[in-house]
Amino acid sequence: MCSVPVKKPKTDIGPPYYYDMLPEIIKENYGKWKYHEKIKPGVLKHVSENGAELYTVRAGSPRLLSIVTIREYADLADKYSGGHLRFTSRHNVEFLLSDPANIEPLIAELEAKGYPVGGTGDCLNNIIHTQGWIHCHSAATDASGPVKAVMDDLFEYFKKDDLPAKLKISMACCLNMCGAVHCSDIAFVGIHRTVPTIDDAGVAKGCEIPNVIASCPTGAIRPNPKAKSVMVNEEKCMYCGNCYTVCPSMKIMDPVNDGVAIFVGGKVSNARSGPAFSRLAIPWVPNTPPRWDELVVAIRNLVEIWVKDARKGERYGEWIERIGWEKFFEMANLPFTDKHIDDFIFSVPTFRTTTNFKY
Amino acid sequence: MSEKKRPLLEELKKGPWPSFVKEMEKSAHNSKTAELLDLLERSYEDKTGHWKHGGIVGVTGYGGGVIGRYTDLPEEFPEVREFHTMRVNQPSGWYYTSDALRTLCDIWEKHGSGLTNMHGATGDAILLGTTTEHLQPCFNDLSEAGFDLGGSGSNMRTPSCCAGPARCQNACIDTLDLCHNLTNTFQDYLHRPSFPYKFKIKISGCANDCVASIARADLSIIGTWRDAIRIDQEAVKEYAAQGYDIQGLVVDKCPSQACTYNAETQEFTVDNPNCVRCMHCINKMPKALRIGKETGATILIGGKATIVQSAFLSWVIVPFMKLEKEDDYAELKDLIERIWEWWDENGKVRERVGELIYRKGMREFLKAVGLPPVPQMVKHPRANPYFFWWPDEIISSASGDAEAEAAAGAEVEK
Ligand code: HEM
Ligand code: HEM
Ligand code: HEM
Ligand code: HEM
Ligand code: HEM
Ligand code: SF4
Ligand code: SF4
Ligand code: SF4
Ligand code: SF4
Repeated sequence: MCSVPVKKPKTDIGPPYYYDMLPEIIKENYGKWKYHEKIKPGVLKHVSENGAELYTVRAGSPRLLSIVTIREYADLADKYSGGHLRFTSRHNVEFLLSDPANIEPLIAELEAKGYPVGGTGDCLNNIIHTQGWIHCHSAATDASGPVKAVMDDLFEYFKKDDLPAKLKISMACCLNMCGAVHCSDIAFVGIHRTVPTIDDAGVAKGCEIPNVIASCPTGAIRPNPKAKSVMVNEEKCMYCGNCYTVCPSMKIMDPVNDGVAIFVGGKVSNARSGPAFSRLAIPWVPNTPPRWDELVVAIRNLVEIWVKDARKGERYGEWIERIGWEKFFEMANLPFTDKHIDDFIFSVPTFRTTTNFKY
Repeated sequence: MSEKKRPLLEELKKGPWPSFVKEMEKSAHNSKTAELLDLLERSYEDKTGHWKHGGIVGVTGYGGGVIGRYTDLPEEFPEVREFHTMRVNQPSGWYYTSDALRTLCDIWEKHGSGLTNMHGATGDAILLGTTTEHLQPCFNDLSEAGFDLGGSGSNMRTPSCCAGPARCQNACIDTLDLCHNLTNTFQDYLHRPSFPYKFKIKISGCANDCVASIARADLSIIGTWRDAIRIDQEAVKEYAAQGYDIQGLVVDKCPSQACTYNAETQEFTVDNPNCVRCMHCINKMPKALRIGKETGATILIGGKATIVQSAFLSWVIVPFMKLEKEDDYAELKDLIERIWEWWDENGKVRERVGELIYRKGMREFLKAVGLPPVPQMVKHPRANPYFFWWPDEIISSASGDAEAEAAAGAEVEK
């Protein structure tokens, strides 16, 4: 390890105290905010009971940030917001200003550096996403690349807040879905479609067989004593890649068959209708780096039909709820397949049990 | 610095959205990051990732917070042979001063690739890419500067919360203080995995649920109120004067038909006992409507992503709990400890608490943690007659004791 002697570090000190991070205007009006106004896309104004005014300028980021950029943020914060900023759960950066005169200069500087301002109100917000080929071993597709391609294409909607309602898109690069994308207006998820390829010699040499067997959530892995390896029951395997996690000789990646599935109609907030899962719209589009053209076209189509047909205030799922899924597939011009009918554990309640439907 | 051309990644420097490739190039004077770019270009050519698990890494005294990562092409890409991630516990609500960020950057310049995620899905600031030998020194520097690691593995994960009362008028509870308090109280559970599986806590100040706690936390804490929505009728009139469609955009979309608008008197009313506190009308007219004054939180349990037994949204277990700074959130902490105890005793390896409740039944769970069943917990009661009875609810014919029978009967009616 390291040869330089170090003094024993303190452990369990907990996170930095958030209160020390807050600007004076927030400390003075903590818990006393009365209302907020949307000044324009990317700019919010919060007014407190005392009449104090706090301005928030929100800029999109690619989540994967160099420290060079973070230092730029820090410098901008020093210049315009007294050194105070925050990040949002969707990877945006927000500058907390008390002087409205600083809003436009800050926006100009952000935009000039290539950090777009927007994403508030009835906008497309930033895409929340996972690691992909940058850093995860079970990825069925890259994350940053498809997200960049989709955001480039839908860029106008990040800057305009006249969509029918908020539009939240999320992305995960395998079905572990560590981004918890299952409740988004539009979600796209990397999927594997084939069982792991087993390198028997590699398994025998490098993997703990009981561990490999135990790693499978569906119990699809059996020992293969002859080869000192394992076998996979193809009917049970759901291509999750957990076995690859513990055993690199159980390769789950399949460049030809891996791809992306697209789900629609989920939401998290309780406003009006309760939180809801996203549902399958497109079972598979191929992985086509560097710019995932098929994916981009498919998502553009899904966005456009909603923008065109939804009533003001209708989130994606609320719109589909009103028109019906059968109409949705027709409008989206998408084939309905056996993949769309659930056959996992809680499938039966998703079947239609009334004669009320549309053609 | 490597000057190799990367034609596929080059394509992702185009377009108006900020480019992650440019971000990586900004740190490409670091040889690791330069090689990460080359490895990623290779992934783009091969249409497959090049990472694998292998070997537990960490820092002294902790069982989590570091994620080991190794490339499967170590000979070709020796610089990223080891490329581990450190999860750094964020301040509540992700508020920073510029100096705090610079400190973090300086440490990461010294010990790692210079690449980060601000932030990961769990909430932590993610420091992306370093070697095993740098982990401990990096941690030492972080700790010296007042930063600690977040959770990973089968433990409590880093709690996170929404913007809260610092920046939002809808905050029914002090999400920031609660998040900080719980994180500090449960440090041991955060740093030393001892649970059947991961346990996530997320705190939103109101039903808009800006941290998506209901979808991605095992324990979701969502602020709410019990009294009446505050209405400023003058402000209602201003909305009307601006031509805002109060009937169409607000009243007609109320899920419980609990609000009305009288176009003549320009008066807005809420039938509070029938309002489900969904936030819609408040969202649409923030200047006129405010959350109530008697505030607290709804506690929900079980949310998780799809693997293994399907995705769950958290479900209600306590409709309303006062969350008081003054008593150090004792009632909530007691409940959390009771939940962990039951889960620890009964959970199988890698069984999330929601899956355990599904397997054992809510009645077992409620009894074990001492919560009374209430109608707010369900959308509707069961439609089948296959329910179980506790032994003490059954009239024992052997005893013939009229009093006991009457008592058991009363128990059943309750
Ligand atoms: C075995 C392989 C896995 C690895 C290495 C892994 C790694 C990770 C990493 C690095 C993150 C943080 C992501 C980020 O930076 O935003 C994460 C988050 C997450 N993981 Fe995984 N993961 C694995 C499997 C799973 C599985 C099997 C599940 C489902 C049970 C899962 C569910 C999640 C969820 C829900 C989050 C995000 C949580 C949140 O919103 O806080 N992961 N995982
Ligand atoms: C039965 C075998 C295993 C299974 C099913 C398994 C599954 C998982 C899952 C689902 C995660 C994501 C966890 C999360 O986000 O909470 C994870 C993470 C991780 N696993 Fe494993 N794993 C297994 C064995 C191993 C082994 C043998 C190692 C090391 C040699 C290992 C090292 C790690 C590490 C370092 C993480 C960190 C990611 C994190 O927790 O955030 N795992 N594993
Ligand atoms: C001033 C503070 C804020 C206000 C007034 C506010 C308002 C809202 C409203 C009105 C909704 C409900 C949307 C609907 O379905 O009609 C919502 C949802 C949401 N907001 Fe905020 N928000 C604020 C800050 C934030 C912040 C800082 C974030 C984090 C980046 C955030 C993330 C979200 C998310 C994730 C949802 C749920 C979206 C979904 O349903 O999928 N909000 N917010
Ligand atoms: C000894 C046992 C049973 C008797 C005597 C019985 C008798 C009846 C009678 C008299 C009717 C009304 C028929 C009518 O409307 O003309 C009926 C309807 C029905 N029974 Fe039963 N039944 C018995 C068991 C069951 C069982 C075990 C089931 C289910 C597994 C069942 C399911 C139904 C259903 C679904 C209807 C139609 C109800 C409706 O549409 O309103 N019955 N039964
Ligand atoms: C837990 C208890 C019970 C279950 C789960 C059950 C289930 C069923 C089922 C699934 C059927 C077939 C219905 C069909 O497909 O047509 C059936 C039929 C029937 N059961 Fe039961 N049953 C139960 C108790 C009883 C009892 C207690 C009786 C009578 C005292 C009874 C009398 C009948 C009769 C008469 C039929 C034939 C109805 C027909 O003509 O289809 N069942 N039962
Ligand atoms: S979604 Fe899957 S592949 Fe992507 S980062 Fe999470 S675990 Fe890894
Ligand atoms: S990919 Fe998943 S389901 Fe398939 S064998 Fe491996 S662990 Fe089991
Ligand atoms: S969850 Fe509610 S209180 Fe918290 S930031 Fe969102 S709107 Fe505000
Ligand atoms: S909060 Fe929701 S339920 Fe209550 S009055 Fe407003 S819109 Fe209706």
